[in-house]
Amino acid sequence: MRSEGRLNWGRALIGWTVALGMFFPVFWMFLTSFKTEITAVATPPAVFFHPTLRNYSAVLERADYLAFAKNSIAVSVGSTLLALALAIPAAYSMAFYPTRRTRDILLWMLSTKMLPAVGVLVPIYLLWRDLGLLDTVFGLILIDGISVLPIVIWMLFSYFREVPAVILEASRLDGARQAEELFHVLLPLCTPGIASTALLSIILCWNESFWSLNLTTVKAATLTAFTASFSSPEGLFWAKLSAASTLSIAPILIFGWISQRQMVRGLSFGAVK
Amino acid sequence: MANVELRKVSKRFGDHEVIHGIDLHIADHEFIAFVGPSGSGKSTLLRMIAGLEEVTEGEVLINGTPVQNVPSAKRGLAMVFQSYALYPHMTVAENMSFSLRLAGVSRKERDEKVRAVARVLEMESLLERKPRQLSGGQMQRVAIGRAMVRQPQAFLFDEPLSNLDASLQGQMRLELVRLHRELDATMIYVTHDQLEAMTMADRIVVLNHGRIEQMGSPMELYQHPATLFVAGFIGAPKMNILEAQVKDVSGQLLTLLLANGESVTVPAPRQKPAIGQKVKLGVRPEHVALQADGELRGEVEVLEHLGSRAYLHTRLPDGTRFVVQTDGDTVAHSGDRVSFQLRTEVCHLFDAAGRNMRRIGGEATFSTRENHA
Repeated sequence: MRSEGRLNWGRALIGWTVALGMFFPVFWMFLTSFKTEITAVATPPAVFFHPTLRNYSAVLERADYLAFAKNSIAVSVGSTLLALALAIPAAYSMAFYPTRRTRDILLWMLSTKMLPAVGVLVPIYLLWRDLGLLDTVFGLILIDGISVLPIVIWMLFSYFREVPAVILEASRLDGARQAEELFHVLLPLCTPGIASTALLSIILCWNESFWSLNLTTVKAATLTAFTASFSSPEGLFWAKLSAASTLSIAPILIFGWISQRQMVRGLSFGAVK
Repeated sequence: MANVELRKVSKRFGDHEVIHGIDLHIADHEFIAFVGPSGSGKSTLLRMIAGLEEVTEGEVLINGTPVQNVPSAKRGLAMVFQSYALYPHMTVAENMSFSLRLAGVSRKERDEKVRAVARVLEMESLLERKPRQLSGGQMQRVAIGRAMVRQPQAFLFDEPLSNLDASLQGQMRLELVRLHRELDATMIYVTHDQLEAMTMADRIVVLNHGRIEQMGSPMELYQHPATLFVAGFIGAPKMNILEAQVKDVSGQLLTLLLANGESVTVPAPRQKPAIGQKVKLGVRPEHVALQADGELRGEVEVLEHLGSRAYLHTRLPDGTRFVVQTDGDTVAHSGDRVSFQLRTEVCHLFDAAGRNMRRIGGEATFSTRENHA
């Protein structure tokens, strides 16, 4: 019993160390956002200081935060809905009507995530330009939706695979057509899985910066572009950059905090059944 | 209600043929059981009737209409699965009324029908529960209830009792027979358990490696198995099989030399075998009597008491296992040497290919049709 207790203590210690290590930069950024530019770069770093909200007012004065936030919400939710709309039928057919090639297709889709996005920047940029999608929310939804699609399909595929095919067969004998089978049986059964997939997709799209920096300028720019605009070549303003970053991540952090129960439930969906 | 007909139905998975051109007519109101060991194709056959599995070749007809291209949803059949396959996110009432909801039946009518079926199955108190709050037996009832609510053309059962414990199985068997009588519906029942088939079905189809080995009423199959396979499959404990050689044919009698050197005399089939021909003698445990000066001797290895009767698991001198049914109050012990007499008039004689020689001789008249493809 005693050795087991010690083991638990050891695990807790490692867990907390990792968690604090991951949390510390965010915490430091949060602190820095309340410092003056001078205390922000002071060596040794100042832990105790007079907090100020000047950075926030400066940042909000310079840029229309709400417009960026609105774009971020539109893009992350829009991309997620697009990805789900494409992934649900794809994962359904792969989970319940697998062929010899299903595994290969899944791996191929995942392999696209290994390709650096910059590798297709030029063709995508030219395509988007010719289609008039540059600096549009729709254009960004399209590219972000496609980017998260492989992950969304993979996650849904593994959730759908947990559903015994016989339940869908039973619904077919009850007179359900394919769409009814999907909407009345499969999707309600996989709600926790779909919810956590959607949450993860929203977070990934919210944090996506590459396409938002390269395909938008003003109208469709998201909070990642907003943050980036505070790192200027003339010199870094750490305190202001920290304030901008804090403003950018705050909504998704709160969102993640609220939905963490749902996330964990969905991610361990198969394990607990 | 419906009749179901299979015409030269085959099924291939890739290059592997699992059903070999089966012809079968299932009459309206009939309770038919498909039995066979696993891999015999019984479930595949049922799934093809249900439309869950494509028919590779041949035709499936329901009430005379080919249905190969009709989706399951439109065949008007209901199925009860081995794993029950209830919808976990719906209550019992919702599970049962799902088919009606899909068919656009009003809520009021749905409720009435569900209540009526629940009353028949005595599960009105379960209607608001979710499947995970039910026991195996209750889930089974719900699955049957869900099938009944539809008022289907025919009921398909895929090993519905195999997840239940023995006493519940016995109870459900009786209940299914009662339901069949009350609903007067066509029922197609798949099982690997010959007891279920024997006790419930009007007619049994014995399948082996995707072919119909024999079909007929339970007692026909029990009394006149066409092949060694059917003889071994129907009846428990299994029929005893003794290797033998024809020693002498005289008049209506056949003298057989058994592997252990002893001889037995049995009635000869019409088509007399040649002297020296190798045959197999099949004797059911219940057709053997312990007798002090019997024709066969063996040593009791295990004594199995079932109360009203007992089974002596014996071993003959040549090592063959031989089961004898006897009274429950038998005084035999394991290790005892016993001798017994065969009731030769109900013995079965099989040729080297495993066919029942009495049937080949055309001695018995059967109304069954066979399919020796």
